[in-house]
Amino acid sequence: MAAASSFASAEATLIATAISELARNIVLYAKTGEIILKIVENANRHGIKIVAGDDGPGIADLEQAMQLGYSTSGSLGLGLPGVKRLMDEFEIVSAPGKGTRVTVLKWRT
Amino acid sequence: MEVPILKQGEYLIASIQSALTDADLLQLRDVLVEHVGRYRSRGVIVDVTALDVMDSFATRTLRDIAHMIRLRGAETVIVGIQPEVAFSMVQLGLTLEEVVTRLDFEEGIAYLNSKKAGSSTKLGSAIPRRTK
Repeated sequence: MAAASSFASAEATLIATAISELARNIVLYAKTGEIILKIVENANRHGIKIVAGDDGPGIADLEQAMQLGYSTSGSLGLGLPGVKRLMDEFEIVSAPGKGTRVTVLKWRT
Repeated sequence: MEVPILKQGEYLIASIQSALTDADLLQLRDVLVEHVGRYRSRGVIVDVTALDVMDSFATRTLRDIAHMIRLRGAETVIVGIQPEVAFSMVQLGLTLEEVVTRLDFEEGIAYLNSKKAGSSTKLGSAIPRRTK
C-alpha cells in the first residue's frame, strides 16, 4: 500500500517494518486487535496513517514503555520507541484494562 | 515458504526467496543447526537479499542462528542486507551484535574461504617448537 501511494522504496520498508512491530506488540500483549491503514492528504502533502488498536491489558506506565529497552515480555524491548523513530508522528493512548491504541503517520517526502 | 538450503562443498547456503513467517524463520534455524552436523559443514551463508523487511523477530532469529551454528563449530555469514533494511534496523535499534555480515554472496564466500585459510595456518604455526 505504501508503494502504491508512491512512497519511495526505503520509506515503504520503514512503514512495513513499523507495521510489523506494531502487529507484534498486539499479538504479544493483547492476542487480538486491529490495524487500520489510511491514506491522508492535506493541502501540500500526503502520507499514510496507521492505527494499531487492541483491547488488551493496556499499559500502566506509558513513559516507561517509551524508554529504549523497556519490555515486560522479556524478549523484544525495542518496539515502541523504535516505531516512533521510524515514523514522523506518533501517538499512544492506553490505560490499564482499557487496551492500547497507537497512531503513527509517515509523510511522503 | 520453506527456505531452500544448498550444500556447496564444506558450506551450506540458505537463500531466502521471499518474506518469511515467524514459523519459517524458526524452521530455518532448526534445519541449519541440524544440517551443520549432518554434512559436517564449516560455514553457513544466509542470503537475505530478497527480504525487504527485517523486524525485531527476524533480527533476533538470525542472531540466534549464527550463535547456535558457532556452538556447533561452524561460521555463519549474513549477506545481502539491503540499504533500506539496514536503515530501518538502525532506526529501530536492532543489532546483529558480533554476527558477521558481508555485502553479497561473493563477499560471504570470500570471508568463509579466508577463515578456512586462516585457521589452517594458525594450526600449523600453533605447533610448539622448542629449541634448545
